[in-house]
Amino acid sequence: MKGSVELDGVSADFGNFRAVDKVTVSIKPGEFFSFLGPSGCGKTTILRMISGFVTPSEGSVRIGGQDVRNIRPNKRPTVLIFQNLALFPLMPVWENIAFGLEVRGVGKAARRAKAEELLKLVDLPGAADKAITQLSGGQKQRVAIARALAVEPAVMLLDEPLSALDLKLRQHMRAELRAIQKRTNVTFIYITHDQGEALAMSDRVAVMSQGRLQQVAVPQDIYNRPANGFVASFVGENNIFAGTIESRSGGSALFKTGSGTFKASLGPGINGATPVKLYVRPEQTRLLEAPPQGTNSIPVTVADVAFEGNFINIHVENGEGHHFTVETRNDGTARVPLRGSTMSMAFDPEHAIVLADESGIQGRSA
Amino acid sequence: MSELLRRYGATLSGLFVLLTAFWLLVLVILPYIYLFENSFRPYLPITEVGGPKDVYSLDNYLTFFRSSIHIKVFFSTIVYSSVVTVLCFCIAYPLAYYLSKVAKNAIVPSLFLLLMIPLWVSEILRSFAWFIILAFKGPLNYGLLGLGIISDPIRWLSGFRGIIIGFVYTYVLFMLFPLYNAIQSLDTNQIEAAQDLGSPWWRTHWRVILPHAKPGIASGSVMVFMLSAGSILVPTLLASTTSRWFTEIIQQWMFESQDWNTGSAYAFLLLLLCTVFVSVVMRIFRVRLSDIAK
Repeated sequence: MKGSVELDGVSADFGNFRAVDKVTVSIKPGEFFSFLGPSGCGKTTILRMISGFVTPSEGSVRIGGQDVRNIRPNKRPTVLIFQNLALFPLMPVWENIAFGLEVRGVGKAARRAKAEELLKLVDLPGAADKAITQLSGGQKQRVAIARALAVEPAVMLLDEPLSALDLKLRQHMRAELRAIQKRTNVTFIYITHDQGEALAMSDRVAVMSQGRLQQVAVPQDIYNRPANGFVASFVGENNIFAGTIESRSGGSALFKTGSGTFKASLGPGINGATPVKLYVRPEQTRLLEAPPQGTNSIPVTVADVAFEGNFINIHVENGEGHHFTVETRNDGTARVPLRGSTMSMAFDPEHAIVLADESGIQGRSA
Repeated sequence: MSELLRRYGATLSGLFVLLTAFWLLVLVILPYIYLFENSFRPYLPITEVGGPKDVYSLDNYLTFFRSSIHIKVFFSTIVYSSVVTVLCFCIAYPLAYYLSKVAKNAIVPSLFLLLMIPLWVSEILRSFAWFIILAFKGPLNYGLLGLGIISDPIRWLSGFRGIIIGFVYTYVLFMLFPLYNAIQSLDTNQIEAAQDLGSPWWRTHWRVILPHAKPGIASGSVMVFMLSAGSILVPTLLASTTSRWFTEIIQQWMFESQDWNTGSAYAFLLLLLCTVFVSVVMRIFRVRLSDIAK
């Protein structure tokens, strides 16, 4: 049970503003769990409620099965890695790492030894006596992780810790963090607005918007089986068709749009009342010279071609002025269509998904 | 400089520079040089000034070292200025912490206003007000007796008590503002990070907030100490028969003995010795001058 975190109907209000709205989720011990959402969606507030810096206005937080309502941050088995890391600049590296041990009354020699050991774990041997200001961004990152690991927390909370790093280092640190998590088997709760980060690192991802959980699932399901339009458009790209369901049978439907009627699959929880849209991933579409038989297609004109190296993004538009993207993998033989040429954009019914249209709630900013 | 010329033209720029130079040279530097020069010359009847006896010597400075009473007064001035400094810190630190990290942003300006209002009243009036408050049959004793906290009235104005109370009241804000600025500049995440790692409140202050606030503590302390050691007003109004302040001796030399030469020497000695004392204390607490300038 140690290391489990359960949020049970947790809300957070700041004045009239509801930052988190009745979030219920259960995080397993040793899990790498991410909260993914745009800035201002309430994910940092969730982290601060788990660490104890924000008190929920309703609901309860349980860590390791224990309700932590009346437990102050310094008594919780959690450690938070701040977005700006919040290292202590006036202490050398090893004192930073050993601060949590100092608090616990560990002797100086033992503290020093533990700090050295952790520095090896995070791949920074020999940095013990350096000043924080002498470290690079990635090194500071490692010191922050070591400082957190030093107190042997049951749960580690990470608030976008990689956002300040450049792309190469970020990708390297992703793998590193994941490896450290597997090695230590500490529950990691990770906050990010970067879908790539969340999908690549997590065992499970919770997508949030406007203080509410939109979907909690393993990364593949978040991407392949989004629960609603918000998840579909926040995670990855989509070609979106407005329209209505003309008829439905079992899991499939006929979806009527301004550009024609398509055969489609129904997403979860679609009833007659919810406003819906049709979502098709760019990599599930293809461009053909002539309309194919037995599948969906619309006539389009090639507007622009972006060659990205490993794949090619072709931007097209139809007669009504709607823009779509077709993504083609570059296998070395892919032909790049000419700008202005008229073609057919085809997509299969199983990859055209009708989802509740939640894209409207995306617009709220921090 | 060229920016100044471009903005205001030659005439106005020249006037600014001239006025500043006048203020600095005529109103600040020249009087000091005059006093400094005089401090090395003997106090002579007007007819002998410029005569054969009017030679430079260290006699005026040595007068201080030959007088055990004056040395004693100097040390009590240093000791009680230090006491005032420590008391100001003890009062200002919690207040500065509250204002910069605890109080809601919306009420901070009002709180600062409340703190500033007493400053609008002249120092003389404020000190005199304390003279009345602290009087043997004054309101403070009356109140404490009435509340049953004390059974006999206290002689607040005996010894150095009156001076200490007066100084703390007068100079506590000079400690508060640098402290406030220093703590304000600390990233709140660092306080939370310390708590999050299990630190109790006192250790967070000791290991994270106080070290960060050190430059503020240093500049506040230097200000309060120097202002207290160099003040004449509070000691004049709130002193007792047993509390002599070094500035009072300077004043006696200058206005009662009419001996400006020895008075100047004492004034420069006070400045010099206080500077030495402050430097030593700064060395002990490992504070550099550049920290204070921040």
